[in-house]
Amino acid sequence: MLEARDLIKSYGRTRALTGASLHVEEGEIVAITGPSGSGKSTLLHCLAGIVRPESGEVLLDGRRIDTLDEPDLTRLRRESFGVVFQFGGLVPELTAAENVALPLLFNRHGRQESMTVAADWLARLEVSGCADQRSADLSGGQVQRVALARALATGPRVVFADEPTGALDSIGGEQVMKALVETARARRATVVLVTHDNRVAAYADREIALRDGAVLTGVGR
Amino acid sequence: MSTSFVLLGLLLERPKHGYELKKEHDHRLAGAKPLAYGQVYATLQRLERDGFAEVAETRQEGGPERAVYAITDAGRAELARWLDTVEPPAPYVASPLFARVAVAGKDADGYLVRQREAHLARMRELTAEKADGTPARVLAADYALQHLDADLRWIETALSRLKEETDA
Repeated sequence: MLEARDLIKSYGRTRALTGASLHVEEGEIVAITGPSGSGKSTLLHCLAGIVRPESGEVLLDGRRIDTLDEPDLTRLRRESFGVVFQFGGLVPELTAAENVALPLLFNRHGRQESMTVAADWLARLEVSGCADQRSADLSGGQVQRVALARALATGPRVVFADEPTGALDSIGGEQVMKALVETARARRATVVLVTHDNRVAAYADREIALRDGAVLTGVGR
Repeated sequence: MSTSFVLLGLLLERPKHGYELKKEHDHRLAGAKPLAYGQVYATLQRLERDGFAEVAETRQEGGPERAVYAITDAGRAELARWLDTVEPPAPYVASPLFARVAVAGKDADGYLVRQREAHLARMRELTAEKADGTPARVLAADYALQHLDADLRWIETALSRLKEETDA
């Protein structure tokens, strides 16, 4: 369903990806692992259409997405992808509910409908209590759940999560991972997760191990 | 060994017979090797000999006679002492995992990559078990997961060091 072929990407003189290839099936939960500097986040950003590779191909359902023009790529990201970052990436001035409603509003849903869907997702992730709090006032664990609700609210086919538990203690991280995995399985969403933590990687169906910008042979598929 | 202390701990609640002790041991120490009946009775006899437990009554309900054991005051004191004792932090250098790498040296990387996959596969199983496990099972799975994780981190460090050595 989602595929990368020989991705190469550099930042200045540093080669982040040196020929990374992988294939993810529909509904699969995969963990991209590797030491810091191995290219995990860059690979995730290329797959999610946030960064364009210098060479190589990214395909969704067999169609290239790395060559789409900016408006088409933006639409694809908005409609088919959900993204969770390490520190949530919520808009601090908005409430938790407004943050979750935001991508729905971008997708031209009405305000009332967007807020109803947002409330529903906050309830599913057990953070209804902070719906009206500004996101700047939330705890780390609450921020990640709200970020997860925001990523899932549009019903994405693929959820990309970059170190989603990196800022949490182990029990907080476990709750976020459980919520992510259970919701993804229930909705048959595909999850691509980046983590350096083996205990987080153990939530995935499969590991894609990176070393020096490429997938370690014998581990990925 | 800690089995005798675990049995004493289980007797703290109320007197129990051997079969009950075995069942509770296996439930509470989920993930540990199940206790053999022979070991339960041998341990109970030793506890009795040392004065830490005694036969409170014998019951016969249709089947063979069963001795019900109770903890003694000396047993309570012994258990309290064990619960308060800090274990010496084991160096773990005797682990078969480390021993292979010590012997194979630079050629250990293939083994380490395979061992890494086996560890992670087991961690996936344990994580899945936690999803709908009893509190006792979740605690046992956490304990195993964090030890496997420590091994895994060592394996990754070892792989990096072997690579540095090969590249040098």
